[in-house]
Amino acid sequence: MRSFHSARRLLVSIVAAALCLATFAPPSPAADAVQVGVLQSLTGTMAISEVTVKNATLLAIDQINASGGVLGKQIQPVVEDGASDPSMFAQKAQKLIQQDNVATVFGGWTSASRKAMLPVFERFHSLLWYPVQFEGNECSPDIMYSGAQPNQQILPALDWAEQKGYKSIFLLGSDYVFPRTANLILKKHIEHDGKTMAGEEYVPLGGTDFSAVINKIKVAKPDIIFNTLNGDSNVSFFKQMAAAGLPSAKLPVMSFSIAEQEAKAIGPSLLEGSYAAWNYFQSLPDPVNKKFVAAYQAKYPGSPVDDPMAHGYLDVYAWAAAVKKAGSFDSDKVRKAAVALAYSDVGLGPTKFANNQSLVQTAYVGQLLPSGQFKILWQSKGPVVPVPYDPLSFPGKTCVL
Amino acid sequence: MSESTLVAGQLFNGISVASILLLAALGLALSFGLMRVINMAHGEMLMMGGYLTYVSVSVFGKGTGFVIGLVVAFIGTGLFGALLEVTLIRRLYGRPLDTLLATWGVSLILQQAARSIFGPIGVEVTAPAWLSGTLSLGGTVMTGLSIPAVRVFIIVLAAVVLGGVGFIIARTRLGLLVRAVHANRAIAEALGTNTRAVDLAVFALGTAIAGLAGSALSLIAPVTPTVGQSYIVYAFLVVIVGGLGSLTGTLAAAVLIGVFSAGAQIFTSQSFSDVLLLLCVIAFMQVRPRGIVSQSSRALEEA
Repeated sequence: MRSFHSARRLLVSIVAAALCLATFAPPSPAADAVQVGVLQSLTGTMAISEVTVKNATLLAIDQINASGGVLGKQIQPVVEDGASDPSMFAQKAQKLIQQDNVATVFGGWTSASRKAMLPVFERFHSLLWYPVQFEGNECSPDIMYSGAQPNQQILPALDWAEQKGYKSIFLLGSDYVFPRTANLILKKHIEHDGKTMAGEEYVPLGGTDFSAVINKIKVAKPDIIFNTLNGDSNVSFFKQMAAAGLPSAKLPVMSFSIAEQEAKAIGPSLLEGSYAAWNYFQSLPDPVNKKFVAAYQAKYPGSPVDDPMAHGYLDVYAWAAAVKKAGSFDSDKVRKAAVALAYSDVGLGPTKFANNQSLVQTAYVGQLLPSGQFKILWQSKGPVVPVPYDPLSFPGKTCVL
Repeated sequence: MSESTLVAGQLFNGISVASILLLAALGLALSFGLMRVINMAHGEMLMMGGYLTYVSVSVFGKGTGFVIGLVVAFIGTGLFGALLEVTLIRRLYGRPLDTLLATWGVSLILQQAARSIFGPIGVEVTAPAWLSGTLSLGGTVMTGLSIPAVRVFIIVLAAVVLGGVGFIIARTRLGLLVRAVHANRAIAEALGTNTRAVDLAVFALGTAIAGLAGSALSLIAPVTPTVGQSYIVYAFLVVIVGGLGSLTGTLAAAVLIGVFSAGAQIFTSQSFSDVLLLLCVIAFMQVRPRGIVSQSSRALEEA
């Protein structure tokens, strides 16, 4: 009798466990659909920048689906939240690859999040499309780097500043890998060009107190500040600079993480006259760009469109084109096809992926107007070939994939 | 800019940071210091004050909107705190870990509510014209000691609020009851004090002050759903180092931490000065675990 009861209990618990596991099984895609991962911070200190990249990525997916999908299949996005936490990005990336069996993942913003995801993508040989400007210094076959390498954003900005006659440069950034590496590269080039580095300060990511930093800036008396602060810190910095009597009109600031969207959140009045360097501005006169902006604003009225969003959008089209060329969703075939594509223009001007899996793209320097849009002051003489390892800072290293 | 101007500038910054810490921590000094309620949603009270100011500025314009915003933030957050106390905190007295967990839940709910109502990227609050100036002593804006009007405003506000709370505690009947309940709750109840009403008043006042602080801080910091998280650790730090139950202690701790942090940053980066600060706090707590101003009584020994 006892053994019968315990056997029945065992059977019931096995059935219960099986049912529980079944509810956690990934939703199986429709037979004529392919799943892709979209992984950005929807919450936390980086949400200010990343939510709209997710939106632009989804817009591209919708547009491609509307014109028939890719290889006859509709694209089904699986959206996950990285929560501004690098370890969460790694976790969610693994979940997308292993549980949802996505064909590829579009996402990441901070270099910390990308570094956390890198081992995941290398372990599973899946492909990540990374849309944000970063410090370079990386050469993974499992990542397509569409965001700017230092020689496509930071160094053109330095060239432009030197041409304008700025000689003494103050470097200010959030305390993590992108600003530290960017400033390392900048220092080498500033020295090489015979200019002065007036100072170098770092503030913890998300930090709000700039009283000491502003005091040090005043001691250093720079001609221009090169700003690699990220996220909410920019709001505090500009508010406190204005309070201290140093708005951008008085002491120019060249920012590398402020685009149309951050400008709207900080308040264009605080930022007016400051500079930014990107590979895309919403105000680019390219007619393809105007269509892109119109399509985005039809879905999200009044919303600005910026460089990372444009890259998120570009990445989806590049992946779709590569899949079509390769005739397959296999990561290896797709990435080889992606670097063999010709130049195309989705709104950033002519772009294509180079053999090192970074994007060949034009560099622009703009100045912020009170409207929140940027006036384009300068652009590079044609698309700039990406160089992941700066030859002055990391001599001898190259990226061959 | 000369060496002495740099040091003088950092001294001013130290006082400014101290005033910010004091404003952020005063509310907590009341709810945590006096009532031993671990309110993990304290940072979100600051956030709420900032958002209420944003709403007020949107409705009334930048100049008057900000002043009205201060009042609205104080009253609105105070009312919310009263509601929180009656529905949640009241049921969890004497259970500090449960209060911690429950208020942490409230903090998450408030952050998500802010995200849902106002969006995740934060809203713009800029200083009105009469607070936008800078006084430059001994030179130009770049070479002299600059005294931004916004920072002076926050210092003055912190002093006024501290004075107001101190006056309430020391000289009013409510303050007398608060001190009595703090010293020995059982005897105060035996003498006919309505301890529930006192608890409600103290907690609501604490959150109201936090709302006012958040409103003032929106002038120099962002107004986003997660801004409260930047302040809560330092608020607890100031209250614990100052000594639970003592306003003088909170003031002393705020000044010490502010000036130390600003002073350390003359020589090193902000990250490292934070490390030094926390090492000093740990060392201090070994020597003086009850904080700068400690109160000992037999009733408190049991707390």
